[in-house]
Amino acid sequence: MTARDELPVKDSKTRTQSGYIGKSEPRANAKRLLQGRGSFIDDLRFPRLAHVAFLRSPHAHAKIKSMDFSKARAAPGVIGVFDGRAVAEYCSPWIGVLGHLKGIKSPPQYPLAIERACWQGEAVAAVVAETRAQAEDAVELVAAEWDPLPAVIDMHESLSGKVVIHPEFEDNICFSRQIDNGEVDAAFKNADVVVEESYSFGRHTGVCLEGRAILADYNAGEHMLTVHHATQAPHMMQDIFSKHLNLPEANVRVICRDIGGAYGIKVHVYPDEMCTAALSIMLRRPVKFVADRLESFLSDIHAREHKVTVRLAATKDGEILAFDLDDLTAIGPYSVYPRTSGIEGNQVVNLTGGPYKHKHYRASLNVVFTNKNVTCQYRAVGHPIAVALTEGIVDLAAQKLGMDPAEFRRRNMIPDDAYPYTGAAGMKYEVLTHHQCLDKLLSLMDYKGLRAEQAELRKKGVYRGIGLAAMIEVTNPSPAFYGVGGARISAQDGATLRLEPTGMLTVLSSVTEQGQGTEGIFAQIAATVVGVTMDKVKVITGDTSTTPYGGGTWASRGAGIGGEAVLQAGKALRSNILDIAAAILNVDKADLDIFSNEVIDLASGESKLPLAELGRVAYFRPDTLPMKFQSELMVTRHYTPREYGFTFTNGIQASLVEVDVETGFVKLLKHWCVEDCGTVINPLLVDEQIRGGVVQGIGAALFEECHYSEDGQLQNATMADYLVPMSGEMPDIVCGHVESKTRTSELGAKGVGEAGTAGAPGAVMNAINDALSSLGARVTTMPFTPERVLDALGKK
Amino acid sequence: MKAPAFAYAKPRSLAEVCALLDERGETARVLAGGQSLVPMLNLRVAAADLLVDISGIESLRGVSVTADRLCVGALTSHREVEQSAEVARHAPLLAQAAPHIAHVAIRNSGTFGGSIALADPAAEWPACCLALDATILTISKAGKRSIPARAFFKGLFSTDLRPGELITGVEIPLTPGHRSVFLELSRRRGDYAIVGVAAMAKVQGGTLQDVRLAFLGGGDRPLLAVHAMKAAEGKPPLADLGPALAADLSPMADLDTSARTKLHLANVLARRALAALAG
Repeated sequence: MTARDELPVKDSKTRTQSGYIGKSEPRANAKRLLQGRGSFIDDLRFPRLAHVAFLRSPHAHAKIKSMDFSKARAAPGVIGVFDGRAVAEYCSPWIGVLGHLKGIKSPPQYPLAIERACWQGEAVAAVVAETRAQAEDAVELVAAEWDPLPAVIDMHESLSGKVVIHPEFEDNICFSRQIDNGEVDAAFKNADVVVEESYSFGRHTGVCLEGRAILADYNAGEHMLTVHHATQAPHMMQDIFSKHLNLPEANVRVICRDIGGAYGIKVHVYPDEMCTAALSIMLRRPVKFVADRLESFLSDIHAREHKVTVRLAATKDGEILAFDLDDLTAIGPYSVYPRTSGIEGNQVVNLTGGPYKHKHYRASLNVVFTNKNVTCQYRAVGHPIAVALTEGIVDLAAQKLGMDPAEFRRRNMIPDDAYPYTGAAGMKYEVLTHHQCLDKLLSLMDYKGLRAEQAELRKKGVYRGIGLAAMIEVTNPSPAFYGVGGARISAQDGATLRLEPTGMLTVLSSVTEQGQGTEGIFAQIAATVVGVTMDKVKVITGDTSTTPYGGGTWASRGAGIGGEAVLQAGKALRSNILDIAAAILNVDKADLDIFSNEVIDLASGESKLPLAELGRVAYFRPDTLPMKFQSELMVTRHYTPREYGFTFTNGIQASLVEVDVETGFVKLLKHWCVEDCGTVINPLLVDEQIRGGVVQGIGAALFEECHYSEDGQLQNATMADYLVPMSGEMPDIVCGHVESKTRTSELGAKGVGEAGTAGAPGAVMNAINDALSSLGARVTTMPFTPERVLDALGKK
Repeated sequence: MKAPAFAYAKPRSLAEVCALLDERGETARVLAGGQSLVPMLNLRVAAADLLVDISGIESLRGVSVTADRLCVGALTSHREVEQSAEVARHAPLLAQAAPHIAHVAIRNSGTFGGSIALADPAAEWPACCLALDATILTISKAGKRSIPARAFFKGLFSTDLRPGELITGVEIPLTPGHRSVFLELSRRRGDYAIVGVAAMAKVQGGTLQDVRLAFLGGGDRPLLAVHAMKAAEGKPPLADLGPALAADLSPMADLDTSARTKLHLANVLARRALAALAG
């Protein structure tokens, strides 16, 4: 390839605006990243850059008796060593609660623990040095004396409250919630069939390719803090740095360059990152912290860790009458700021039974503190748990009724013509397509054929299983998610579109890019709406000083909310462009259109004015335009979803597995996902989002678990011991779509980023249990290790 | 995850290596492929004042065959063993085991001798060396030694190597009449095995002769399952070696698998290995 080929010159075969939405356009930044031209925080070079490393508590719960910094301070390259009190002078503590989670409580949390460490890995001292290696050497020289305290590791023990972790509280309950929409006991009493089962979900974490990263650069001359931050929510972080470091909002700028994956891990406030920002102010120089893999495992948020018991009542005809749920989840010693650690459990009780039309629902949730690392929102928050327990108990009911699991689901799914519909848990659904998705899935996978093959193979001693998992998903959240609870987290997003003098189109969006292709789809939408070719569009994200204000990327909101803002800004800009064209050409605006970088005559399609010429006139020769005419070639629009709390989406997954009943090994043979995310903007990206999500869900089902010892030590904090799913074990993943557009926006797009992760664990669990059904065995504790499968089979 | 500072030397001759190791004693560590030592240094679970990089000693690299033995040089990479025609012909067990070692990128760098010296009980090469009745060749300032593999592995990451001693290669007697099978169970391709077996035997009229079963992941070191071998000797493939294996192996529990489960899995693998040898 010659250098010239790499230039963004117009390809004569470039398709024009009519085609970009719904087309698999490759994303523009993929080539750059593949060439190693990414710019991640660890790539940045600053004069006088200092590096911080942290001393982290070796104990799950301990009083800090003393820390002697004298040797560390004298070590080569060391700039300063600080404890919690020193940093707290510059950074105020925070409390991770939200007003709409009634009764939620959590103690104040500091950048570095003061007096007491509450989990193994909590940072207690910071060493700043000329290099990271020097800082790590000096950390080893800090002489710390500890007074170990009783550690609460087990969630049931925490709930019992025998040992209370935080002296300011009477118990270890962070948050609890009950839902009861009535007559649940009666429904169970009158049921022909009642099934009950308990499920256990392992604690796991996100494992981004790029560790958490922050480079804070305080300029005392301007009293200005510039933070290069691997975060999903730059404006939220701007607000938080401003508030807790006591700087005017305008004096904080958060910049996100390339981010190597986030999955929710990078949307929270981390003590060590707040400390890094404070250290930059304290030392008046840039300070960098990049979490290495070891500290990522110890301090990146963990997630899941639920123990759930669920009951289902049904009639003998296969009608589900009620679900009754009890969920206990442990979140570590603090509710994470500012989103809280109550949300995952809250989602579980909101989403359980979601696809079905039962009338009675009761749920009880307890969220408790423990002395392990904190947990918080990670991709598909709560969904994998709600889907797995719902679909697990639904399968068990079908088995007891002697009904085919697909048919049992069909009888109970909310009809496709019933919308808008309010489910038994109180969630409002605008438009869902459970039946269409089920039909499409069964035909895509040849369900009947697979069942026949399964029966044939069973005769030969081969144990194959087919598992289904229907799901609903929270996307495009309204302010009801966080804003109403008092969190300064924006539910709206903005887009600015500017036509440049040469006819190029610049898009600035408050939504961020972490590798999922957000910038690519914004370019598709902008090009389509304005009427330019893709090569003319440049998208800029991730800078609080240049982009419109907005929430960022989380909860499957980037395309649905940020995309709609781009669409609305594009429409306004297009109209403004046509105003200028009408003035230049002295024709009626209604007779003009924009197509392929040119203003054309609407009726004939004849080219009237290239946009480059229009730009030249508007910017450099406005003297030739009518006297009172002012061109406006930069437009900003915002969008907030408000009609529904969430734009729910739906889908269904299926897994085909083969279980080696001698070894307990599960082989994934194939996986299917049919999903309805409304308008599909880029099929390639949507399918890859689903596939990546499915793989993450398979990780939960078969591989990933943070193991803690009885005294609260994380035992597998390396990539050798913490098993992430790898390509060698992954099945082919077949994707299908149903497109029911949301009417809450013109774009019609719902979110899709979490669909795969939401349904895969349940589908795999059901497939394993289907394979084992003739042996009378069931597995209910994730991840399904060979040993757990063998235990279920009674072998060993 | 930055290694503490260390000195680095890259000697040009074996004599120089031996002199350095002799002079610096246990504060020096030999660096070959670096696939285990370097991460251990970065995690600060291993420390060294001096790394002696032997990758420049070309005489330690490569596979050669004589009339009755195959010699694998200590610096030969896992990938070279995997792709060697001589290995495939004369010691197919090694070729069968090689694809189970980590991933291609690691196999390109990691070395045969390094794996033997580290003596990870779940690694493939040490168990293969037991099954093949190999001999470990070493050198030091004091001279050369030949140590039978079956006497080399002493415990968890512990071997018969003496301070200042370097593995130069491994000699494997040729066994043209034997069949071999390598099986292991790992949850992900390329992970260290939960348990695995390197199996060899001659097949005569449906019975197995000179049965050799060496297990990885069966204890604190690679283990030759002598009771199971005796039980299987001279018979058609047995279906259950459980009691014999219980005497041979003492697996260590890991985070996800108990010792009991490992023993069960070892029995499944032994049965499958014997059946495959006979088939």
